[in-house]
Amino acid sequence: MSVTPLKRSNKKSLGHKIKSNAICYALTLPYFAIFFIFTVCPVLISIFLSFTTFNVLEAPVFIGIENYARMFLDDDVFIIAIKNTFILAAITGPVSYLLSLAVAWLINDLNRFMRAFITVIFFAPSLSGNALLIWTVLFSSDAYGYANGFLMNLGIINQPIRWLQDPKYMMTLVIVVVLWSSLGTSFLSFIAGLQGINRSYYEAGAIDGIRNRWQELWYITLPAMRPQLMFGAVMSISSAFSIGDVVTRLVGFPSTNYAVHTIINHLQDYGGIRYEMGYASAIATVLFLAMIITNRIVRNLLSKVGE
Amino acid sequence: MATAKLAKRTKQLNRSLAGNLGVYTVLFILAVFMVLPLVYTLVSSVKPLEEYWVFPPKFTVDHPTMKNYKDLFTMLTDSMIPFSRYLFNTAFVSIVGTAGHVILSSMCAFGLAKHRFPGSKIMFSMVVLALMFNTTVTRIPNFIIMSKLNMLDTYAALIVPAFGSSLGLYLMKQFMDSMVNDSVLESARIDGAGEWRVYWRMVMPMVKPAWLTLIIFSFRDLWNIGSTTYIQSEPLKTLNYVMSQISAGGVARAGAAAAAGVIMMIVPITVFIITQSNVVETMGSSGMKE
Repeated sequence: MSVTPLKRSNKKSLGHKIKSNAICYALTLPYFAIFFIFTVCPVLISIFLSFTTFNVLEAPVFIGIENYARMFLDDDVFIIAIKNTFILAAITGPVSYLLSLAVAWLINDLNRFMRAFITVIFFAPSLSGNALLIWTVLFSSDAYGYANGFLMNLGIINQPIRWLQDPKYMMTLVIVVVLWSSLGTSFLSFIAGLQGINRSYYEAGAIDGIRNRWQELWYITLPAMRPQLMFGAVMSISSAFSIGDVVTRLVGFPSTNYAVHTIINHLQDYGGIRYEMGYASAIATVLFLAMIITNRIVRNLLSKVGE
Repeated sequence: MATAKLAKRTKQLNRSLAGNLGVYTVLFILAVFMVLPLVYTLVSSVKPLEEYWVFPPKFTVDHPTMKNYKDLFTMLTDSMIPFSRYLFNTAFVSIVGTAGHVILSSMCAFGLAKHRFPGSKIMFSMVVLALMFNTTVTRIPNFIIMSKLNMLDTYAALIVPAFGSSLGLYLMKQFMDSMVNDSVLESARIDGAGEWRVYWRMVMPMVKPAWLTLIIFSFRDLWNIGSTTYIQSEPLKTLNYVMSQISAGGVARAGAAAAAGVIMMIVPITVFIITQSNVVETMGSSGMKE
């Protein structure tokens, strides 16, 4: 078995290259074949369907870019959904990312027991799929809701507030609940990343004249965990743009005046209720492009870390 | 002398007492915000139904009872399919799916992180891109693919796609990039270690925090699988599906629903505590070796 790690074998035929890299394919193909069949193929089919009209029962009919034209020219609700999605993503994405990083960094110095304990508390909301239903009880619209009961008891309000139906409060509540459950994937990968940093970097840094904790964070810690930062960014982007289920479970579907209607809600409306799969696929493709662009921008920002 | 001076300097990087206090206060407030809703579920699960409707609503419980749990188990044992069957389905899918995903994705991540070969870059970018495509619209194509492969209504419909989930590969690859030193692997190869040995004996121990973290992500997602179009026959349905049927029963079942919520949370939280305490342990011991 000849392996050439991190070196490109030059001037050989493709067949020879594949043969000499047999071990690499043996390592990667079992996973990749499954990934390709159950993830890549469905995505490619969906992108193809976005150029068709398809009601699931009959064969798809090719209609060119009609779905895309309709989305931007003829669908007012979609425009509202874009606006809401971008507001939600712009607030919850960066806040949850920075919060995850800050909490992970702050608890990194604690002793083992405290660190494990705090990690459990902060991660618990994202452990259970149904935990967010608690918020519908806390903010229920009648006097039995905790928020209303509490405020009425203090005499601040006389009438129960319809928290989850009044557009004035809906967006804020969705943001709060999203942030509440957002110390998830990125948070844990930051914790593991921080703990994996080689101690000798810090000793070398002390010799090189690192003066305070901020310098240490910027010049040593963050650059050492750049791959985890990138991972966290991708996860944050994909979850910030995919807010939808929270909205449905919190304020119902559709939300009053579409006040917190997101692109995902719109997509689920067409894909899951109306069975206009062609149109739903076009919406998914547009969302996909928005995430790719955001990812590019964030990647450029992250490459400046430690400079 | 020199080392003492160095140690003193590293010490100085720690925060002041006031800073510490500030940080702990903020962490404490955040922690309360995080944990209160969960405490509420726990409290509700031992709250008798009468106490659900008092005004002003109370966070605490006056007469804690296990009645909600008893009701829940009565409902579960009265169903056509025994509760143990649903529990087995979910446990089986979660354990096999997680194990397969961790092994296959870390193998592939090792191949992609430490070797360069035709197709490696494309493979990796496809995985990262896949994280950004919403799964609502891929459900129908997936359904068709599974029916062509005769996988519908089998455990495989839930387990096999989980093996190839994109999250694990990306996570493992990123950790191997930052935590595995190429020169160490190179010297092992010179000593005659094959690639499989390098992967299993050297790389995997080095990225232990990564796969311990991946276990909890994968386990959580599989444990929470509820109703899905891929599974139609009742004996193959999952625990979360049954629990959500109970929660859908309305206000009269509020207590039983809270009990169901607690039970659904217990297992992932236990798995989480076990894996997370090991993440910390690994790092402690590897620090000694350095």
